Amino acid sequence: MKFKRLVASVVMGALFSGAAFAQVKVGVISSSTGPIAMVGIPQKNSVPLMPTKVGNLTVQYIPLDDGSDPTASVVAIKKLISEENVDAIIGPSGSPNAMGVIQFAAEAGVPLLAPVGTAAVVLPMDDKKKWVFKTTQNDQLIADALVGHMAKHGIKTVGFIGSSDPYGENWAKVFTESAGRKGIKVVASERFQRSDSSVTAQGLKLLMAKPDAVLIAAPGTPAVLPQITLYDQGYKGKFYQTHGAALPEFLKLGGKKVEGTVLAASLMLVLDQVTDAHPSRKIAIDYVNAYEKLHGVKPATFGGNVFDAGLLLKAAIPVAATKGKPGTPAFRSALRDALEQTKDMPATQGVYNMSPADHSGFDERGRELITVSGGKWTLIP
Amino acid sequence: MEFQIALMLVQDGITNGAIYALLALALVLVFAVTRVIFIPQGEFVAYGALTLAMLQAGVVPTTVWLLVGLGVAVTVVDGVPALRSGRPGRLLGVAGWNLAYPLGVAALVSVLPLQSLPQLAQVALALAVVVPMGPQMYRLVYQPIASAPILILLIVSVAAHLTMVGLGLLFFGAEGQRTPAFSDASLELGPLTVPGQTLVIVAVSLALIVALFQFFERTLYGKALRATAMNRVGARLMGISPALAGKLTFFLAAFIGALSGVLIAPITTVYYDTGFLIALKGFVAAIIGGLASYPLAAVGALLVGQLESFSSFWASAYKEVIVFTLIIPVLLWRSLTSRHVEEEE
Repeated sequence: MKFKRLVASVVMGALFSGAAFAQVKVGVISSSTGPIAMVGIPQKNSVPLMPTKVGNLTVQYIPLDDGSDPTASVVAIKKLISEENVDAIIGPSGSPNAMGVIQFAAEAGVPLLAPVGTAAVVLPMDDKKKWVFKTTQNDQLIADALVGHMAKHGIKTVGFIGSSDPYGENWAKVFTESAGRKGIKVVASERFQRSDSSVTAQGLKLLMAKPDAVLIAAPGTPAVLPQITLYDQGYKGKFYQTHGAALPEFLKLGGKKVEGTVLAASLMLVLDQVTDAHPSRKIAIDYVNAYEKLHGVKPATFGGNVFDAGLLLKAAIPVAATKGKPGTPAFRSALRDALEQTKDMPATQGVYNMSPADHSGFDERGRELITVSGGKWTLIP
Repeated sequence: MEFQIALMLVQDGITNGAIYALLALALVLVFAVTRVIFIPQGEFVAYGALTLAMLQAGVVPTTVWLLVGLGVAVTVVDGVPALRSGRPGRLLGVAGWNLAYPLGVAALVSVLPLQSLPQLAQVALALAVVVPMGPQMYRLVYQPIASAPILILLIVSVAAHLTMVGLGLLFFGAEGQRTPAFSDASLELGPLTVPGQTLVIVAVSLALIVALFQFFERTLYGKALRATAMNRVGARLMGISPALAGKLTFFLAAFIGALSGVLIAPITTVYYDTGFLIALKGFVAAIIGGLASYPLAAVGALLVGQLESFSSFWASAYKEVIVFTLIIPVLLWRSLTSRHVEEEE
């Protein structure tokens, strides 16, 4: 009994003395199970690739899974804040999940680096959202690129079909506005469910409107179904996709029927075709190679979003370390300020230029126009 | 709305409705015989479709290991009492079905050149892997609590559903799969072109319904199941084993589920969790049949299919809302027209 107690106290002592080292703790919440697991799995898998040493500080990552459930995200974030006393949090994977945790991150004063699609996490900027940084391209940036391409190719009318979730809804809004400015009319706006076994009816509705082009906005492989359905129904116009479709499985599932699709996404899809001059090229290639070496498959773009969050922190931590010790509110607050001052920092998705008003920080270097040609992603020069 | 568009919507609704009808029949059957509301029904759809997709990709389907694992578990559960009661001969029978069969299937899928097999053989293999999980599941999950109240059986069903979805993510990954169509032929019907896959779905559904009808009307096992559904205690007194009835029911349910999965895999992308929503629509249809009437459930399934198809045309954002709201007037109508019999106190 005495021996047991001794062992216990030694173990406890060892645990607590560990915390005395200068160590930065970063929580990572991803949805590696549940409906958006295809987004969360590459994100979780990117954690071992992130920098573990910044200057003389070690960085410890604490990965948690929220099962794609927004309530579980809130539980996870509370656990990270109160039990682990983290200095920053990367995640969660889903837009509704991220919306739900913002207030808790802000109350505790912990910077949140959200790799989610919706711009609503950083716009409009307010007292709570100033704690949030977003490592994905705003829908607006992608939409403007697509609309630019449409206008250049004489497209006047567009049919829209989006997933019936925040991603599709936000795209419907952003795209309609953006298209309106260029005089392009959205003649039909349809929704479908990820789990639908058929979108024949929505396809017919789009066909009846006779648009010059169709834009499909859905995260991940569900974006394939509407396009194949329309193709089979004999639609001959141009297809546009969002960065949600920017993953290898899109080509695999779509096959010949997605040939000629145009989409705008980060350079990760066309790394071998981007010029050496692009500041992100080398970083992205290194990331993809390291990921492939560790996991045997190429990462989807979603993984790069989390990896970028790690790079942003790597740049900001040394600045913050001069203002306070890790684990203190002073450090966290300095970390937030340092993240906000990120200037011209290249990462896998593009170049970040944060400002108090823009917590996403991408410019046109964060997106490339890409088409599917011969079953491969091809850069549109 | 043009006539042709309406026709195409009707056709789309019939295709989906046929699948919902199959699942609704399975749900009614399972409920009638065992009083289990079989929520994991949808998982068999996904397992069937994704196992087929793995076979066609030339990979040994990971579901085989679940089959082997469940087989081992059943052997232990059934084998220990057989040994204790000093009937080693019985043990042989138990091990034969629950160890030798899964291992045989596992050997078959690891030896055969999966990719080059004819499509029908691939389908048969996928069914051989997935379908026995039905009776295994009954033995392990439901048989020990066969006489529990409906509510407990329902809660256990939810647990089984969640377990199977989790395992599905582990086995198949998060990405969806599609399989090639059974037939690229299409039929010209006036202004309408009916794709071959639709014909296959409708034909197989009809054939299965007829086969089930024959099974229940003409075979001893079918009659035993009907007897169990009508009066559990009475059937037992007549020498019908409730355990056998349960396993047989779950075999049929798993077969119908996996076959539906194989049928829809070419027309849509199937994810590891796709089955649930499809089975839920089958459940709405089964509710229309009061979880008791097969013909009403089939009619309900066609209704759900049409409703889904037309509502996705008129108001695609509210499609699911419209389909699932259907359950409210149906329940109202059923509770007003039929007298409620309290089965349990």
